[in-house]
This record gives sequence, C-alpha cells and structure tokens, in this order.
Amino acid sequence: MTLVAAVVATTAALLSVSGLDVARALTALASGSVGSLDAISSATLVRATPLILTGLAVSVAFQAGVFNIGAEGQFLVGAAATTAAALAGRALPTVLLIPLELAAGAVAGGAWAWIASVLRTRYHVLEVISTIMLNFVAAYLISYLVRGPLQEPTHVFPQTESIADAARLPQLWPGTRLHLGFVIACAACIAAWWIVRYTAAGFRLRVVGANPFAAKSAGQIDLSRVTTRAFLLSGALSGLAGAVEVAGVTLALYENISPGYGYTAIAVALLARLNAAAVIATGVVFGALEAGANAMQRDANVPSVVVSIIEAAIILALVAIERVRVTGAARA
Amino acid sequence: MSSAATAFVESAVRTATPLALAALGELLVERAGVLNISLEGVILAGAFGSVIGATHGGIAGGYAGSIAAGLATAALFALFVVALEADQIITGTAITLLSLGMTGTLYRALFGTTGAALSIPTSAAIAIPGLSAIPVVGSGLFKQPAVTYAVYIAVPLLWWWMYRTHGGLALRAVGESRAAAEAAGRHPLRIRFMAILFGGAAGGLAGGVLVLTQAGTFVEGMSAGRGFIAIAIVVLGRWHPLGVAVAALIFGAASALQYLLQALGLSLPYQLFLALPYVLTLGGLAGVAGRVRAPAGLGRLETE
Repeated sequence: MTLVAAVVATTAALLSVSGLDVARALTALASGSVGSLDAISSATLVRATPLILTGLAVSVAFQAGVFNIGAEGQFLVGAAATTAAALAGRALPTVLLIPLELAAGAVAGGAWAWIASVLRTRYHVLEVISTIMLNFVAAYLISYLVRGPLQEPTHVFPQTESIADAARLPQLWPGTRLHLGFVIACAACIAAWWIVRYTAAGFRLRVVGANPFAAKSAGQIDLSRVTTRAFLLSGALSGLAGAVEVAGVTLALYENISPGYGYTAIAVALLARLNAAAVIATGVVFGALEAGANAMQRDANVPSVVVSIIEAAIILALVAIERVRVTGAARA
Repeated sequence: MSSAATAFVESAVRTATPLALAALGELLVERAGVLNISLEGVILAGAFGSVIGATHGGIAGGYAGSIAAGLATAALFALFVVALEADQIITGTAITLLSLGMTGTLYRALFGTTGAALSIPTSAAIAIPGLSAIPVVGSGLFKQPAVTYAVYIAVPLLWWWMYRTHGGLALRAVGESRAAAEAAGRHPLRIRFMAILFGGAAGGLAGGVLVLTQAGTFVEGMSAGRGFIAIAIVVLGRWHPLGVAVAALIFGAASALQYLLQALGLSLPYQLFLALPYVLTLGGLAGVAGRVRAPAGLGRLETE
C-alpha cells in the first residue's frame, strides 16, 4: 500500500513536469475510485472483477514457472465464446444459460492457452513470445467476428447484438453495476489459494515453479503434465474473466473490449507476490486506480494510459526491493 | 504481374528493415546471455524519440532522437538485469509497459490529445545507379532509404566482429558460460551492459525507421509487437547475423504476401492477412524446434 502511494506520488510529480493540472487530476482520481459508495461499487469493484480473475490466472501460471503473458488473448477468446454461447442459447432458461456461457468462456480461454502449452512442451517455444503472438491473433479474430459471422443483424456497427436478459449475471444489489462476477472472482481466488496451499497438485505446481530439475529428479514429477495443467488453468481463468465481463458489464462483444486487462494482470499478480488470496486485494487496488484514471481522463484531461506507468513502476519497484533484499541477505 | 512482383520485393525489404535492425541488436544481447523482452518497449521509445528529434532537427535529428531514446530504455533494463540481477522476463515486461505509458502520456501532453494530426518529413529513397535497374528485384533492393543500406553493411560487419575479433569472442564466451569467461579474465557484467546498450541503440533506430521511413507520424503502441517478432527472428536466424538477416527478409516477404494475394483478387477476410505475421512467427518457431541451439547461458539467473 505504501508502495502504491509512493508510486502514485512519483507519477503525479511526473505529470506536473509535463505541464498537466495535478491537483485536478488527483481529485478526479480519488473521487472516481473511492469518492463515493457509487464510485466504489459501480466503478472500482466492477473494474476490479476482470483484474482479479486475470491476475489470478497470471499468479497460477507464474507459480508453476509458466510465463503466461497471454491473459489478454485468453480473455478475448473467452469473451467471444461467451457471447456466441449466450446468443446461440438465448431460448434456454437462466439457470442453464449462465453456467453454459461461463463454461464456454473458460473452455475457450483454456484452449487458447493450450496452443502455447503445446508449443512449449513439444517444440520448446518460449511461452513469452508465443502467448504475445496469440494476443495479437486473438485481437484480429475478434475484429473478424464482429464484422463477420457475429455482427449484429443490421450490419452497421462492428459489434454483436446484446445478449438476452436471461444471459445476464444478476446485480449484487440493485441500483449499482456490481454483478455476480465479483463474487465468482473472489471465490475462484480463495479456491485457488486453498488448492495451491493444501493439496498435492498445488504442491507439485509450486515445486515445478521453484526448481524444475529437482522436481523431476527427486520428486519424480511429470514436468510437462504439470506445466500443461498450469497453462490450461491459467487460460481458463482468463477466459472466465472475459466471460463475466461480457455477461456482467458489456453484454455484447466488440473490439477493444479489454483495455489491457491481461497486461495489468501481471502487475496485479506480482503485487500480490503470486498469492492467490492476496490477488483479491491487489485486484481491487488496481481496479480503483483504473476507475480513477478513467475519471481523470474525463474530468482533468489526463490520458488514462498513465496507469501503465504506475503499473510498470510498481513492478520495477517490487523487483528492485526483492533483489536488494536477496543480495543483502547473501552478503550478511 | 511484373509490377506486382516489384512491389512485393519493395514491400518485403521495407518491412524487413526495422525488424532486421532490432533483431541484429537483440542478437548481440542474446549472444551475451541476456534475453531482452523489453525490445518492444525500446522500439516504441525509439519511435517516440524520433518524433521529438525530427520536430527539432529534421530527419537526422529524428534518427539521433530514436537512438537516444532506445539507449535510455535499454540502460534502465540493463540497470535491473545486470546491476541488480533481476528476473529478465518480469523486468522486460514491466519496461515495455512503462514505455507504452510514457510515450502515450508524453505524446498527448506535448502534441495534444488527438494525435494523428502530427506529420513529419520522411526520408526519401535513394536509388543506387546500376543496381536499382536490375529487373524485378532491383528497385526493391536498391531503391530504399539510406538506413536499409546501413543494414546491408551491418550484417557482414557484425559477422566479422562476432567471429573474427577478440571482442566478439569474449561476447560469445559470456553468453555460453559466464563463470568460464570470468575465469579467463573477462568482465561479463561490463560486456553484458555494453551489449544491452548496443541492442538499445539498434532497437531505438528500428523505431525511428518506422516513423521516418514509413508512418511519418507517431501512433500510440505503433511498435505493434515488432519487438517480439524480432526476438523470434533471432531464434529463426539461429543466433547468427546472416541467418537473422535472411529470417528478417523471409518475414518481410511473408508480410508482403498480403499485397500479392490481394492483387490476385482473393477475397479473404483482411484480418487474416493482419494476423498472418504473428501466426507465421509461431509456425516458424515450432518449425525450427530441436534444430537450433541457444547460447547456453541465455536468460539464466546468475551465479547459480
């Protein structure tokens, strides 16, 4: 928290050097994120929901030593599959339709990650490269879908038609935009935390991430199997993020449906030190930052891309603090 | 058809030039044992730096600005991975994110909120007498901006330096085994720092090429994954300067294929062509799997 405050202060100084109105920007940042009950529930927590799920996806992967930078692409294909499922199953009752569409998103996200998984385990292709390439491919896939097979019936706008009311995730309390997806995200984090901490599968995941050679020789762990599972789970969580975003917020598919959730997710996971339960808190912190940044762009004309600077600075500061601590301890 | 073929070669070389530049820089970085994932951010910074430079000092100022911005970005990366020995992938990802935020914010702060309006002069193509008259491939290869010829010269030069000088030997030794290089009296950290700076200058210049020979303006996130493609090109080129040049050219040709296919009147969705470079990178990487050997110390955390 101190770190986040320090980074925000540094960024503010930077903004003032670039000649922007800092006082007005910070006021907008605060009021747009935590200034009112409405800002918290309808902006911050709504924004935090996809960040928690993608952040969890990244944390699971990183713990297994899988550098999945592809949460963005997995989010996108998840959103696309959910929209397609919701539109195809519009005649179904809510109790069937919602599980179906969420499952479609998770499966699609997992399948997208599986490509990178096969490329790594069978062809030794660095997943950092492959997942980023797949992010671009996913973005063009969405662009094609919303102008081709999934375009709304009048063929005017590059987007799908809205999903039926029965396909929408219920609001958590009336009058706000906060939806069931937030609860799903928190539940996923707690479940993942428990699995990683207390089950044999979670233990294997951590061992493979910490030292693959030891895991193979001493633990007789099937490396490629654990790696594949980490990829699939991570992709499914990112896909689920896309699913709840469509079913809870956007209600339709269009280009730029993600303002870079999959990249912010890396900062969310690292700030949580890859702890699945802590991802809830860091996801909310970044949700507040992004909600505030939107208000800042609207009210103070400060580009919201400034959040990328804050995120990057937080990651670098964390990395630096850890390295200084490690090398300090080694010397002592 | 012959005019389509000429346009194809021209477009292939034009696309390949910035990729080859960035990849040749990254080649030295990787041969010194460092994987600079922030190359994407370096290119983007270079593109932005060239806009700043060009508004003050014309095209020459633009190239100088791009190199300076690339150097600064790479120096930050070097500070973390060489001085602090931090994780290369996490640091690289963060610096790319930082570059995206910095260039986007500064661009809007300096040039207004809309962008696009800004237009700067682009460097003209120089035809080499004689060579540019060769049928079909001549004007594509030899009627290009000066920076393309610089790449033609850089490839053999880099090869000579890497394989025929003491400096090149030291660089490769550090990439294979830092401990062994250190035992032989070399300075691995200094060599890595210099290699990363060289890669930064080349990557920054690649960003400048995008602005000064192609776009004529700056667009947020205009590097569009070229840094990652360049890293893939290093793998496809088997960590060798000639291989890297060939891989970049093949990649440029594959990207230029869309113009050829469109000229043939194939009615495929245009997104397919836009996605093609990324799909080809994946296919290419899978294709060379098992048949290439990376520098033994690549990306390895130190002193283990």
